[in-house]
Amino acid sequence: MSLARRIIPCLDTDGARVVKGVHFEGMRDAGDPAELAARYNAEGADELIVLDIAAARDNRPTFLETIRRVAEQLAIPLTAGGGIQTLEAARAVVRAGADKITVNTAAVERPELLGELSAEFGAQAVVLAIDAKREAGDWQVRIRGGRQATLLNAREWAQRGVQLGAGEILLTSVDRDGTQSGFDTELTAAISKALSVPVIASGGAKVPAHFLEVFTSGAADAALAASIFHDKLQSIRALKEFLKGKGVEVRLPC
Amino acid sequence: MNVTLIDYGAGNVPSVQRALRRLGAQVESTNLPEKMASAHCLVLPGVGHCAALIAALDAHSLRQPLIEAIGRGVAFLGICLGLQALYESSEEAPNLPGLGLLPGRVTRLPEHVKLPHMGWNTLKTVRSTRLLDSVPSDAYFYFAHSFAAPAAGPESAAVSEHGREFIAVLEKDNICAVQFHPEKSGPAGAQVLGNFLRAAA
Repeated sequence: MSLARRIIPCLDTDGARVVKGVHFEGMRDAGDPAELAARYNAEGADELIVLDIAAARDNRPTFLETIRRVAEQLAIPLTAGGGIQTLEAARAVVRAGADKITVNTAAVERPELLGELSAEFGAQAVVLAIDAKREAGDWQVRIRGGRQATLLNAREWAQRGVQLGAGEILLTSVDRDGTQSGFDTELTAAISKALSVPVIASGGAKVPAHFLEVFTSGAADAALAASIFHDKLQSIRALKEFLKGKGVEVRLPC
Repeated sequence: MNVTLIDYGAGNVPSVQRALRRLGAQVESTNLPEKMASAHCLVLPGVGHCAALIAALDAHSLRQPLIEAIGRGVAFLGICLGLQALYESSEEAPNLPGLGLLPGRVTRLPEHVKLPHMGWNTLKTVRSTRLLDSVPSDAYFYFAHSFAAPAAGPESAAVSEHGREFIAVLEKDNICAVQFHPEKSGPAGAQVLGNFLRAAA
């Protein structure tokens, strides 16, 4: 008995539709969230993340109807986020069907939010998303969809986030996001080995070898990808069979 | 099959409800004490902090009616915290007594592994249980918790392991409970819920 490494497709939405872009820019349509959710649920995804990447920009609440439609399709855990700034907003997202909530910019601006969410839903339901960018041999936290720099060091912020109540870290490499040049395994290992909670690696996935690398030298507990799954460049089952063949423990769908 | 789902505000109530309905159950979500007495089949979901569950049961005056309903033989399924609440106490909520239907104390998983124990893990069957009928022995289930029941006890039907072994499936007379989330465990989880409904029928 041991814990399987997780493969997590991510649906970046503008509220209603799945969108994709490089370096958080140049968005284009990639499908209906509920249809994609049903596909990934059937293909053996271990979890699904739905992000409303336009909520904060458009200064409107997280799109609950999309979360409801996606949750309806799933028999696997759902993490939702994008624009959650308050406990009340998080409650609505959980009631719409999310098992976990993820926060990013709002936690940087008001770190107590993590403690409020953790006290209400438990640490296992609080995912701190960190967008990290290489700066002078270390990694700096960026907010607002990667566009705005902060003075926070990524590892220190992750550690503080865990102390405040986060039960998991969703770690995106801003440098690799959308490039399909592989995960930043150095970043992932640096953060994952410094933490007592699971880390989801994100940004840069293309081929199965990238996942193998991030699970071995990157010490990731889970790995996230979006467009390679949306565009059917990579099937989840084939990816898991590859990983299993390399000795990585994964849950193969029935 | 009529299922009474105890809804004290836990995060996973909607997904448990959805999973049971997919299996054809008629589900009534309630936090009313009088519904415990008339229930045919009770499900106590839970996720998050043990103190929140125990405090909510007491706030809604559900503790005694629930214990009495289980005492008179109502089919019961506890999920995650719904399993942990069956014991006498939990290290997570030291000042609140559990339901005390099973002896022992729920304790934190060891610090040398990452916590929460979050993700898909397998089981080791200790003895046969109706809950695992037709479930492949290598099936994975979704866990999300940092505290767990002891590894051994006559109620234990299957264990899992994360830092230490702990009870993942228990069955004692009409009391069934699972530490994992069957409502989030794909086809294997649906099989477990279906098995419970069939056993309760």
